[in-house]
Parts: sequence; structure tokens; C-alpha cells
Amino acid sequence: MSTESIAWPTTTAASPSFVDHLHTWVTTVDHKRLGILYIVYALIFLVIGGVEATVMRIQLIRPHNDFVSPQVFNRMFTMHGTTMIFFVAMPILFGFANYLIPLMIGARDMAFPRLNAFGFWMTAFGGLLLYFSLVGANGLYGAGNAPDVGWFAYAPLTSQTFSVGHSTDFWTLALLVSGFGSISTAINIVATVLCMRCPGMTLAKMPLFAWLNLVMAGLVILAVSPLTAAQIMLLLDRYLGAHFFDTQAGGSAVIWMHFFWIFGHPEVYVLVLPAFAFASEIIPVFSRKAIFGYPVMVGATVAIGFISMSVWAHHMFTVGMGANANTFFVLSTLAIAVPTGIKIFNWLATMWGGKIEFKTPMLFCIAFLFQFLIAGLTGVMMSAAPFDWQLGNSYFVVAHFHYVIVGGILFTLFAAFYYWFPKMSGKMYSEILGKLHFWLFLIGFHLTFDFMHVPGLLGMPRRIYTYEPGRGWDTWNLIVTIGVFFQAAGILVFLGNLLWSYYRGKDAGSDPWDAWTLEWSTNSPPPAYNFASIPVVKSRRPLWDLKHPDDPDWKYE
Amino acid sequence: MNTAHLTPPRTELEWRLPSRGRVGMSALIAAEAAIFTIFVVAYLFYVGKSLSGPTPREVLSPPFFYTFCLLSSSLTIHFASRSLRRWNFRRFGAWWLLTITLGAIFLYGTASEWHRLIYRDGLTISTNLFGTTYYSLVGLHGFHVVVGLVCLSTVMVFTLFGAVKQEHAERIDVLSLYWHFVDAVWIVVFTVVYVIGR
Amino acid sequence: MLQMRSSMSRFLAQTIGLLFWSAVAVWASEPKGSFPDGTNIFAPASTPAKSIFGLSLFVLAVTGAIFLVVFALLLYCVVKFRKRRNDDGREPPQVYGSNQVELAWTVIPVLIVVALFMATARVIADVQKAARPDNAIEVIAIGHQFWWEYRYPAFGVVTANELHVPVSDDTHPTPTFIKLLSADTDHSFWIPRLAGKTDLIPNHPNSMWIDPHETGVYLGQCAQYCGTQHAKMLLRVYVQSQDEFARWIQEQRQPATVGNAVSQGQRIFETTACINCHTVAGTVANGRFGPDLTHLLSRDTIAAGAAKNTPENLRQWILNPAAIKPGSLMPAMQLSDPELDALTTYLETLR
Repeated sequence: MSTESIAWPTTTAASPSFVDHLHTWVTTVDHKRLGILYIVYALIFLVIGGVEATVMRIQLIRPHNDFVSPQVFNRMFTMHGTTMIFFVAMPILFGFANYLIPLMIGARDMAFPRLNAFGFWMTAFGGLLLYFSLVGANGLYGAGNAPDVGWFAYAPLTSQTFSVGHSTDFWTLALLVSGFGSISTAINIVATVLCMRCPGMTLAKMPLFAWLNLVMAGLVILAVSPLTAAQIMLLLDRYLGAHFFDTQAGGSAVIWMHFFWIFGHPEVYVLVLPAFAFASEIIPVFSRKAIFGYPVMVGATVAIGFISMSVWAHHMFTVGMGANANTFFVLSTLAIAVPTGIKIFNWLATMWGGKIEFKTPMLFCIAFLFQFLIAGLTGVMMSAAPFDWQLGNSYFVVAHFHYVIVGGILFTLFAAFYYWFPKMSGKMYSEILGKLHFWLFLIGFHLTFDFMHVPGLLGMPRRIYTYEPGRGWDTWNLIVTIGVFFQAAGILVFLGNLLWSYYRGKDAGSDPWDAWTLEWSTNSPPPAYNFASIPVVKSRRPLWDLKHPDDPDWKYE
Repeated sequence: MNTAHLTPPRTELEWRLPSRGRVGMSALIAAEAAIFTIFVVAYLFYVGKSLSGPTPREVLSPPFFYTFCLLSSSLTIHFASRSLRRWNFRRFGAWWLLTITLGAIFLYGTASEWHRLIYRDGLTISTNLFGTTYYSLVGLHGFHVVVGLVCLSTVMVFTLFGAVKQEHAERIDVLSLYWHFVDAVWIVVFTVVYVIGR
Repeated sequence: MLQMRSSMSRFLAQTIGLLFWSAVAVWASEPKGSFPDGTNIFAPASTPAKSIFGLSLFVLAVTGAIFLVVFALLLYCVVKFRKRRNDDGREPPQVYGSNQVELAWTVIPVLIVVALFMATARVIADVQKAARPDNAIEVIAIGHQFWWEYRYPAFGVVTANELHVPVSDDTHPTPTFIKLLSADTDHSFWIPRLAGKTDLIPNHPNSMWIDPHETGVYLGQCAQYCGTQHAKMLLRVYVQSQDEFARWIQEQRQPATVGNAVSQGQRIFETTACINCHTVAGTVANGRFGPDLTHLLSRDTIAAGAAKNTPENLRQWILNPAAIKPGSLMPAMQLSDPELDALTTYLETLR
């Protein structure tokens, strides 16, 4: 590793120029710096994706609105979905994984530091490629622009016939490129967790964070690859005259759906498992108790990983697969609810009998528990296929998955930001601003996504740029839009807190939360080499053992 | 925070973990296997569904010789690896060269088959569903063979400069894993295209 | 009574409550037009929708119960086990797990899953494996960008956008079985009060059925993103008494009434590009790309529900479709004002 320590030595050397500074960041292979690059990149796209959502919500604030044209609206929902999944959620979660896994397992870096850098830059380039479509997609017909085929790009809408110009190609290529980045990072995570743990840290003793990211990486390897295959097939169709999805030549539009959702469903577990990882580290610390049922949590995670590969066609209940296929996917989808519910119960049991401190990270985790419970239950509703024949492709689904991704994943991400910001920057954030962010965002989230379920129940489909008055949808859409502004305010407070605290925050020290995993045993921020000497551990909470030498964990489990 | 307490004397602990190279390559192979699976599924799904044009039975004949070459190259690469571990650098070089040659012969076989299919039988990727799925599946495999040959040739060049030594045996093994994977995929592709699909 | 943790959360709860009830009040006062239950999935009027409604009540009851129990536990935890002000700073007893508890909260969810699965499997079979009686009305629905084509093969009727079916009562059921095809990309047929949605996918015929129990007009729209004007690919199903339906079929089977002299409007229709896309039975116009116009004036709306069927709207539609439905595949016909007037007059005769 050739990165410099973040704290500059006091020598007579001139302080580095801006270009030198930039150069170290661009050429870095240090997992901590790459982690921060991923996170900052994702935050920028979070704002862009949020603007896209705001544009859509303003257009839908009342029926027959003309804030934007249908063409622009259709591009907005396509770009919003694609951006948020591939260039916000995945990079930010990879960023945290990159930063924290080596520290938590007592290693000096990831298994393949250069592959790590490759993965980041592929993802970054993919995002830029997607947005370049705004200016570069004009094909021979002058008809190109940002893609407008929806983030799951169903065939045959994506064929040359129905998607002229290059907008769909930018979508395909951007995801192909960032897919290689994701697979690279996943390979790195698997190799790191399996091969770089410090002495004494058997698989049964590593933090749940490492377990959850390991299973997540396995899912990326098995699930992003089918998307890559499907993208290649789409490109062959569009440019070499292949017929994979060409219904006129006997091809099948449904097979695109199968290939996409074989990726798409495990993908949502790729997003949620790291969220579970954050909750599994933060809830114990702020309840002052060890996680309840560690082996069961591991087992449930692995079970979720396996079952998630068998539920994909619950996104296709209305496609006409036949009663038997529908019935199978009902069963597999209901089955995955069991290990997921077990996890919620284990988190509750962790809090039970503890001494809960309501610092900002814990507030976000408690809200996560409440919201993820609801999101899981609306998922159970839709797993009943006939009910899904009504609810599917309506605003009920949109509300459900935003409940998971925003109410579940984003909330735990905020918790993770506040929890590990002191470690990454060496400074404490402002607790008052943190709580303000929490309440603003909570109110906005519930205004938008609670009430969004109702138009779905009243028959409003998704992906429509306007709607008819007199169907009872108007008021709900108005409330949903109002919530957006509270959320935007919350995000602004959050970003302001990060920036202000980075420059003006109090020194955090190495262990501000009195926590128990290895990252808290080194400086804040950690030196380039992470640990002065590689630690040796005897239990799941090495720092608990140090702080309680008369009552260490390894006596009990 | 002082980490000294976390570090008892090293001699007490026996700590062995799998090699990063092997785990990394196995993970890569898993990802590639998933990609191939999707192309195989598409191939099987579209068997018999072409609306027109040449059918597999009309134009395909199983390439036994070239298959034999490719599968033998798995054996030769295994011998190469064994030679290297026994410090037999010349023999290693010879087996390695043989592996590359066998792989190249296989590629030639694929190329000549494609030439015949395109110019004599009029089958291209856009002719019908059979053409689409055949060229994409066999082509994807061929692409992986090309990548493998590039890597093997790079090692060949290093060998000729005398730079490959016994301590590189681990890396050679990791590369061999990839090559074995390419061969295993061919067994599947052969079965699906020339046996089931016909 | 649960203690509120802080004045902050009490304030929050009150605000949310206030907002919620204001919303209900505003919603209740919102004009609903002439379709009070509109597209509400909880107001079923046909057997498939009713089966789904029954299942949904069961599922809502189960998930509601689960929510209440777990939420109560969460609230209890957060209140009872919070760190007190006078805390002594010692760590609480560390509990690492309990096999009995884990077993309990595995077994109970599995049982719930089994119950939900059985109820669901039954409704799937009821709807998707329903036998088709001999007197069922057969309709073929073909999805287009951005309109609906309906064919009644038994009656030789072709129409567009407004589907007419007879009412069905339990003593003498006359369901309508709809075969779903697509001429271009994916669509989805969704009339919430009559049935769940089923997709129209090219090269993948689907089928669904409805047996509406009350006459009236039922609304819906395309529910699978199909391109620029997906939002205005609206659906109207007219459920009529047996007599009215028979009369409607009779009228639709007639070719267009052709007067003695070919009007100027008809000449314009037949010599400009109109006949490339549209059919008017009994004339030379037999295009299939756009809706059949033989009985255009028998419909309440034009452009798949995007506008009411009035002479002004019809004229505007021909002059500039993008003003009503931008992105629709009907081109602006570039006709002069007198030509437009004549053409509209002709179309107004197609009853």
C-alpha cells in the first residue's frame, strides 16, 4: 500500500499542491479513501435523484398538470430509479463495506486493493455515462435523450422499433460498465472476509456486519451477472439483429422479465442486507447489550440469501405464467418472510432488558424497525398473488418499495453516517442538528409514503405523467408531494451537519460510543495501516473483553 | 487506544486461512457461471422455436476433434502446474506451450465452423432464433477462450524470459482454475448445442 | 395509558393526527363525478374482484394483527428499557440468546405462512382455473400504443376503446372471457372493480374473465408502461342489460350508413392518409393501425378516453393530436379549415 497517512507529518516539506492532493485521491488503493470516494459520489447522485423525484411529484400535485411534458416525465422516472439503485444505493453501501470491513476484521486493507480501485472507477464512469445521455444520445433520428424506458426496461419497448436513437443504449452500457464494477467489489469482499481475518477471528466470531456483507457480495456475484447477460442480449438485439426479445421473430418479451427479475429481486436483498448490517452493529451498542441470537442471525441471513434467488417472479404475477407457477412463487415469497421476521424479533430482543440511549444513530434505527416492519407486511400482502393482481404496478407497490428503500435502507444509512462519522473524520457531529434532521425527515417520509399507499388502493397505476380528476386520487397526491419538501429540508440539514462538523466538530477520540468491535480500537481517523499491530481476538466483542476483563464474552459464547 | 493487550505471543496461535487468489478466482468463476447459465437457459428455451431458416439438425455436426483438443488442454495445464511445483521449468514451459496450442486449435475449429455456417448454410446471428442463441452462446465461450489464451500467452512470454519460478506456482494454479472453468463450460455448451438442441 | 417519551413525540403525534384527519375531510369533500366508487379495489362488482376482495380482507387482518403485536413490543421496549436519568452507569445483564424463544418465533410465523398460502392458492385456482361456460361472451382485446381494439368474433363486431358487455347475474351467469393480445409492446388491462389486472404481451396470449353483477360504466386504464402516452390509455367498460347489449351488438354490426352522394368529408377521408390507418366498414377504408371508426359516434370519448367525444374535440384531434395527447401515434393531418369542417361533419355521421 502506498497511500499517505491523512495526518500530515510536521516536516519542512512544502504542503502539497491541490494537484498533488487530487492525484493521491485519484490514484488511491486504500480501502478507506475508496470508501469515502464511493460515499461522496453517492451523495452527489442522491441529490440529483432527489431533484428528479421532486420534478415528478410537482407534476403529479394535481390532475392534468403541465409542469413537464410526458416525454420529460418518462425520462424522470427512468433516471430516478436507475440513479437511485445503481449510483446511490449500491455505491454508498459498497463504500461503507469497503471502509469498515478491513477495520472490523483486523486487516490492513481489502484482499485486492487495485481491484478495489478498479471497481470504484467503473461504477463512477457508469454513472457519468448514464448522464451523458442527456446530451449525447441523439442518434441518426435526432430522437435521443435520457432513457425513458423505465428502470427495468421491459422488452419490446427497448427494441430499435420503439426506442429510436441511443437513449436505451446509454442505459444498457452504463449498467453494463457499473455491473463490472459491482462484481469486482463483490469478489473483493468475499476474498477479504474469507482470507484476511485476524488471528482468532473464526467465521463464528466475526461481526455480523462482515457476515451480512459477505452474503450480500455472494448475491451480487450470482445476481448482477444475469443482468449483465441480459444487457448483452439486448445490445445484440439492437445492433446485430439478434432476436432474443424480438416477438416478431418468435422471441419472448417475458424472458426479458425473467432475466431482469432474476437480477432484480436478489438486488433488493443486496441493498437491504447491508442495512441490516448497520442495524446489527448500532442497536446493540445503544442498548448496551450484545446482539441477541448471533447464530440465528447468521442462519437467517444465509437463508434469506438462498431463498431470495427463488422468488423473482412475484414481480410477474400479472404476466400470465399460469396458476401453478403463480402458486409456487407465492410460497417462496411467503417463505422469505420468516427469516426476515426472525431478524426483527432478534433486534427487539437485543433492546429488551437493555439501557437504550436515544442518540441520533439509535433514533434512526428505531424508526427503521417500525418502518421495515410495515414494509415487510405490505410485501406479504402483495405476495398473495390475487391481491397483487390489484396492487401490482400501482402506487401501492411504489409506496411499498420506497418504504423499504427509504424507510428501511436510507434510515439505517443515516444511522450509519452518524455512528461512524466520528471514526472516519475524527470529529463529533452536532447532536442537535442530527435530531433536527431526524424529525424533519421522519415527518416528510411519513407524509409522502404512508399516504402514497392510498391512490394505489384506489386504482392509480404507476408511471403515469398525469391522471384523471374524479377518481379520488387528487388529495392524496397533494399530501405526498408536500412530504417531499420536508425530506429535502432534512437532507439539507444532514449535509450541513456533515460539512460543519468536519471542520468545526469536537474531537471524537477513538471510541466515542464505548463500542466493542475492532474499528474502535484504532485512531479516529485510522492511520493508513489501520492497526499498529494485527490484533488477536477471542470473542465476538474484543473490546468488551478488554473493558470487562472479569466478565469477558468468551466465557459465555 | 492501545492495542497491545489484544496481541498475545504469536507462537500460541495456528491461524490458516484460504488463499486470496483461489477464493477470488472462484468468486469470479461463480459470476461467469451465472452469466453462462442465462445464455444456456435462453438457448434451451428457444430450441425448436425458430420461425424459419436453417435448423440445428440441418447444419450442425458435433466438433469431436476440437472438443478433444480443448479438453486435453485441461490435462496439459495440470501437468504444467505439476512440473512447476517440482522445479521442472523446461517441462513446465513445454506443457504450457502445448496447452496454448491446443486452445488455439480449438479456436480455429470454432472459426472454421462459423465460416461454413455463414457462407455455406446462410446462418447468421440475425437469421432466426437458432442463429441468435447459437452464435451468442458459442461466441461467449469463444471469447472466454480468447481471454484465457491471452493470459496464458503472457505467462509464456514471462517463461521464455526465465521469469517464472517455483514460487509462482500458486498464481499458475489460480490461472489454471480459470482455464479448467473454460473447459467445463465447453462440456455444458457442447451438450446443450450439439446433443440436446439437435 | 402509555407514557409519551417526550413532549417532542407528543407534538409529533398530534401534528400527524391533525394532518391525517384534514386529509380525510378534504378527500371526503372532493367531487367524485358520476362514478362514486370509481376505481376502488375495495368496491368489487364482479366475481374475480370479489374473490380478491375476500382474500385481501383475510390478509389485511393477519398482517394487521402482526403489526399491532410487534409495534406494541417495540413501543414497550423503547419506553420501558430507556436509559434513566439516574442511571448508575453499569452495563445491563448480557443475554446472548435463547433457543426456546427463537423456536417460538420461527414456528408461529411458519404457521401463519401456511395459512396465508392455502387461502391464496385457493383464490388463484378459483380465478385462473375457472371453467368457461358455453354462453360466455368472447372478446379479443388487442393492445396498441395507446388505444384498445376489441373484437367479438362470434358477432363479427370490431370496435375500439369502449368495451360493452352484458350484465351477469348468479342465476343465469353470462361472463365475458377476454383474450388479451398485443400489436406492439406490453400493456395491462386493469378495471379494479371488475378484476385484477392482466398483461397484454406480444407473442404471449393471455386470458381473463369478468362477470359484472350491476349495470353501469366501469373505469380503468393501462397498467403497464407502454411508451409516451401510457397515462392516457384509458379504459371504459359499459355493462348493459341483456337487451341493451343485444341492441348494441346489432348496431355495431351494421356497416357505415352510406348516403346516396359521397360527401366532401368522406372524399377527404378516403383520399388523404386516413384510410391507411382507419377502417370504416362498407367503404374503401380498411386500415388496421388505428381504431375502427365505423361507429365512432356511438362512443362517449375519443383518443382512448383522453377527451370527450364532441365535434370540437374531434376537430381539434384531427388538427393537432399533440394538443390533446402529445406523443400519440396519430399524425397531425395538415388540413385546411374548410377541409377539417367537412371531415368532421362526415365523421359525425358515423353513428
